[in-house]
Amino acid sequence: MTVIATESLSKRFPRVTALDRLSMDIGPGVTGLVGANGAGKSTLIKILLGLSPATEGRAEVLGLDVATKGGEIRERVGYMPEHDCLPPDVSATEFVVHMARMSGLPPAAARERTADTLRHVGLYEERYRPIGGYSTGMKQRVKLAQALVHDPDVVFLDEPTNGLDPVGRDEMLGLIRRVHTDFGISVLVTSHLLGELERTCDHVVVIDGGKLLRSSSTSDYTQTMGTIAVEVTDTDTHPDGTKAVREALGARGITLHQSEEEGLPGAGHILLLEATGEETYDLVRDTVAELGLGLVRMEQRRHHISEVFKDNPAHKAEEVPAR
Amino acid sequence: MSTPNTAAQSAQTQIHNIGYRKYDGQRLGRAYARRSLYSQSLRGAYGLGRSAKSKVTPMILFAVMCVPAAIMVAVAVATNATKLPVEYTRYAIVTQAIIGLYLAAQAPQSVSRDLRFKTVPLYFSRPIERVDYVVAKFAAMATALLILTGVPLIIMYAGSLLAKMDFSDQTKGFAQGLVSVLLLSLLFAGIGLVMAALTPRRGFGVAAVIAVLTISYGAVSTVQAIADAQGSWDAVEWLGLFSPITLIDGVQTAFLGASSSFPGAHGPGAGLGVLYLLVVLALIAGSYGALMRRYRKAGL
Repeated sequence: MTVIATESLSKRFPRVTALDRLSMDIGPGVTGLVGANGAGKSTLIKILLGLSPATEGRAEVLGLDVATKGGEIRERVGYMPEHDCLPPDVSATEFVVHMARMSGLPPAAARERTADTLRHVGLYEERYRPIGGYSTGMKQRVKLAQALVHDPDVVFLDEPTNGLDPVGRDEMLGLIRRVHTDFGISVLVTSHLLGELERTCDHVVVIDGGKLLRSSSTSDYTQTMGTIAVEVTDTDTHPDGTKAVREALGARGITLHQSEEEGLPGAGHILLLEATGEETYDLVRDTVAELGLGLVRMEQRRHHISEVFKDNPAHKAEEVPAR
Repeated sequence: MSTPNTAAQSAQTQIHNIGYRKYDGQRLGRAYARRSLYSQSLRGAYGLGRSAKSKVTPMILFAVMCVPAAIMVAVAVATNATKLPVEYTRYAIVTQAIIGLYLAAQAPQSVSRDLRFKTVPLYFSRPIERVDYVVAKFAAMATALLILTGVPLIIMYAGSLLAKMDFSDQTKGFAQGLVSVLLLSLLFAGIGLVMAALTPRRGFGVAAVIAVLTISYGAVSTVQAIADAQGSWDAVEWLGLFSPITLIDGVQTAFLGASSSFPGAHGPGAGLGVLYLLVVLALIAGSYGALMRRYRKAGL
């Protein structure tokens, strides 16, 4: 099933080309749309909402053509803008009820769904107070609530973590994840931060200069490497436990890597080694035990999406050919 | 956390955590959304559904509009008068300053807030189109003005019937008055909304509306007075075309049996009256067109 599909979608303004023959298919789930500022993310959302005509090419949302079925699309889509969009002198409840009615919900249903939705995004007693007194995190939740209140099939979230502190950011990302897993609503979320999307998204689309750079599932980016990270304690007999383990494992034919965090405080205590299979884990455990050391952790290392880009400058330069 | 509480707490948690429910009910679509925006804007024009503070100005002005009508009625009933002291068509002309203040306070409230707090994109991300937004806002403002100017007329009409004045005379006068305030409401709503939509700053909107109404009326009535003193009564008739309230006065003098408020009562005759009516209609249509243009760029 395709939620969003574009085909050679272009949008040219007199001076700039915002989208350049963009072709992609986005399925259900949480999809991240990554690009620098001005990469064409917001333009794409406007076209997908049927508010701005494309210069050429076509696009469909939920199987509806954006050029002719804008109204129907907007009835089944939620939109959370990047900028502030809340009047300060009304309460969250009143505002979201009004927005629910603007999406076509009858008055009783609008009130009921507003109460439900505000609770789901984590606003309780404060929802009766004027929005002007809310923190940024609470305002972001109200913005998310107004996008979800009419139970859309897909929501477009434009930079939902903007302006949030790290804790607020984590909570918002967790909420976005729940929008799909618990609410069953597909999500298109934009960000210029790749790192925060890899935890949240099933699929990441990267655009730059209005062109598609890459589109693949998050697991492709963060596929498991055959690398294990090991951390051990020191003892009196082995004042440098890490070194002892390194030597012992080296003697048993295990390939050891330089730690990537070399030079950082505490990095010397982490040992990276090549895993050849299940037996490597047993070998590490036995080796550490024989040396009488404590095994603090042993974990699989994963790539981060940003490392993929860092390590492969080609991704930045080359354009993915159209389907 | 003490143990005895745990059971109660988990029960509470369960009540709260009923999970997400899908919505399978009706979706009433674009026309319903437009009606919702209309009623929300109309209520907002009287501060309903908003903070207590925002009810103060419109409610006071509404009361100020109604009190003179009520007093007139009381006096007429008490003295068994055969005629109301002020004609139905004259009432809005006499109280034009109050109508102007109301418009200056409420037109920016209706449109500037949506622009200032960037709520407009949220509306356009819903089933309504630009035309629905403009029509809903225009209709709501005109209805609010019609309530402001029409309710005193209803009070007067009810009072005149209580005082057993001539039924057909009063009904005719009341109907003429209603047509007049309907035109006035549409014209003023258009002018007020266009002024207010020019700027997201509420204060500027208020000042712009007051300036347009008072400066145009002040200039027109001054020049009319001079022309009247010099005996150029033709000029008095033509000058009335240049301010909103004198336009309404001209139309009702020509067609609605009103006595002119122009200096020397030199209101336009039926011939020039047609021009007055055309200018009023053109201004209403022009305001609508200007608002449509204004919101073309305001989306997202």
